Amino acid sequence: MAFKVAIASGKGGTGKTTFAVNLFSSINENWTRSVQLVDCDVEEPNDLLFFPNFSVKSEKPVEHVIPEIDTAKCTFCKKCEDYCEFNAIVMMPSMQYATVNKDLCHSCGACFVACEFDAIHETTDTIGTVTNYNIGNEMSLMEGNLRIGSPLQTILIKDLKNNLVGEHDILIYDAPPGTSCPVVETISDADFVILVTEPTPFGVYDLKLTVDLLREVNKPFGVFVNKAGLGNSEVYEFLKAENIDLLGEIPFSKEYAGLYSKGEIVRCVPLEFAKVYKEVVEYLKKLN
Amino acid sequence: MKDITILSGKGGTGKTSITAALASVIENTVFVDADVDAADLHIIFQPKNKETHVFEGAWVASIDTDLCTNCGLCQQHCKFEAIHFKSDGGLQIDPFACEGCRLCERVCPTQAISSMRSINNHWYVSDTRFGPLVHAKMGPGEENSGKLVTQIRKSAKDIALEIKADFILNDGPPGIGCAAIASITGADAVILVTEPSKSGFHDIVRLIELVQSFNIPMYALINKFDINLDITKQMESFFAREGIQLMGKLPFSEEMVYSMVEKKTMVEYNKDSEIVNTLSELWKKIASSELKMEH
Repeated sequence: MAFKVAIASGKGGTGKTTFAVNLFSSINENWTRSVQLVDCDVEEPNDLLFFPNFSVKSEKPVEHVIPEIDTAKCTFCKKCEDYCEFNAIVMMPSMQYATVNKDLCHSCGACFVACEFDAIHETTDTIGTVTNYNIGNEMSLMEGNLRIGSPLQTILIKDLKNNLVGEHDILIYDAPPGTSCPVVETISDADFVILVTEPTPFGVYDLKLTVDLLREVNKPFGVFVNKAGLGNSEVYEFLKAENIDLLGEIPFSKEYAGLYSKGEIVRCVPLEFAKVYKEVVEYLKKLN
Repeated sequence: MKDITILSGKGGTGKTSITAALASVIENTVFVDADVDAADLHIIFQPKNKETHVFEGAWVASIDTDLCTNCGLCQQHCKFEAIHFKSDGGLQIDPFACEGCRLCERVCPTQAISSMRSINNHWYVSDTRFGPLVHAKMGPGEENSGKLVTQIRKSAKDIALEIKADFILNDGPPGIGCAAIASITGADAVILVTEPSKSGFHDIVRLIELVQSFNIPMYALINKFDINLDITKQMESFFAREGIQLMGKLPFSEEMVYSMVEKKTMVEYNKDSEIVNTLSELWKKIASSELKMEH
């Protein structure tokens, strides 16, 4: 079984992706080449942007089963509408009208159970794609990409994980921002979570929300501080008071932000930064 | 009254700091923190709470083990793999995996399963030094952030009508998922805040495609434009091609961070800065009828 490390943050823009990509490279260099990066931020997947020499190994659409109502068989009894907790079924008996709103459907299957007249059939809807990229040196990156307008990010994240290709010792999950269902889905099977934060009031507030979440789901975690020096010391006081491991920190640098903007954070890691990532790798080795 | 939403696709582009700075410039406005997942606007607004409401979230099922016969029918029907046999044999539901479809409850032959709506989410109406603020706090790992956004925007609209406000300003969530969709629906205009990085560009393109599907006018603002002048230039021509008016460019500024540390808006921190000037000009354009916002 692969050792799974999820990278999350609460607040967006703290540097999750930068961290995930660099940790991935550092594990590849300092631990094992059998590591895969999995971009679970399916709304806005960005990891690939940092690997310009990629090629697509395989891509597949993610389809989910949705119901289709056969109005010739439908008696408009409305039992399916009643069973649907997501308001995805619209039925107007007087007009003999029955339809399914595919963007509201969660594919739970309740309507199929509800229908006693064999009027509901399975069809499929594409909610996004899962792509396996070769990003050079036999390294692999997998990414989920949500169809724009689809609200089913959680389902796509689950499908992404179910469709991972290849056997790897280590998986790195790059999570979306926030603390709600897509983040829970991302971290659900992780063995360890690294929270990336920045030492600002916004960063600390959102970090605390995420810590609450991780304690509630009982996941071990540590914190990495990005953009250190830009803000105040509140985050360090919080970590100390709560007895949370500080895994490392990277100082804020406008030049590095410039490198990031060009997508060049992997090739141009300053030596002192590389050392910090290596220390995180050593920390993870002890957990595994 | 105009209902305006600030969005970015990518997180960390400065939506909240910019909303806060604008709050110091504009008048007669109701504010909404529509990033219910990681709401931060209150850190600067320091709201005085007036009303607290419970937002009923999704259904979550649980099994009464006294009534359960361990037949496993619920587990067979659950599409979300939320129901498992425990090591000692009994069935249990993982509340974080449960999507609240209630199918298990309906198929259970012994009525051993019941569902409760989560009451971990709250939303608030508050007074602030800038005007009313409607904001929320979600419980950890909750679903339905889109519905919560819809709820607080509705409340803001009621307040805006009551006090005859000129604007509603929504500080939106990152991403393009359900919360972002809920914060666009019914808005009169979207202000896109972006930063000149490959990821900022990638994310704003996806967001623009989403907003276009709603047929709502949008205006762009490039934050930290001097971090990468090449990408800033590419963004400028992209916006021009897409017919999106660029309302301004803000330089990278550590002051923006230090104003946040002091829990002040940029205007309160340094009203003579270039950022404040640019944002004041931007708001003048938005407030005047120069911009087309027919709905």
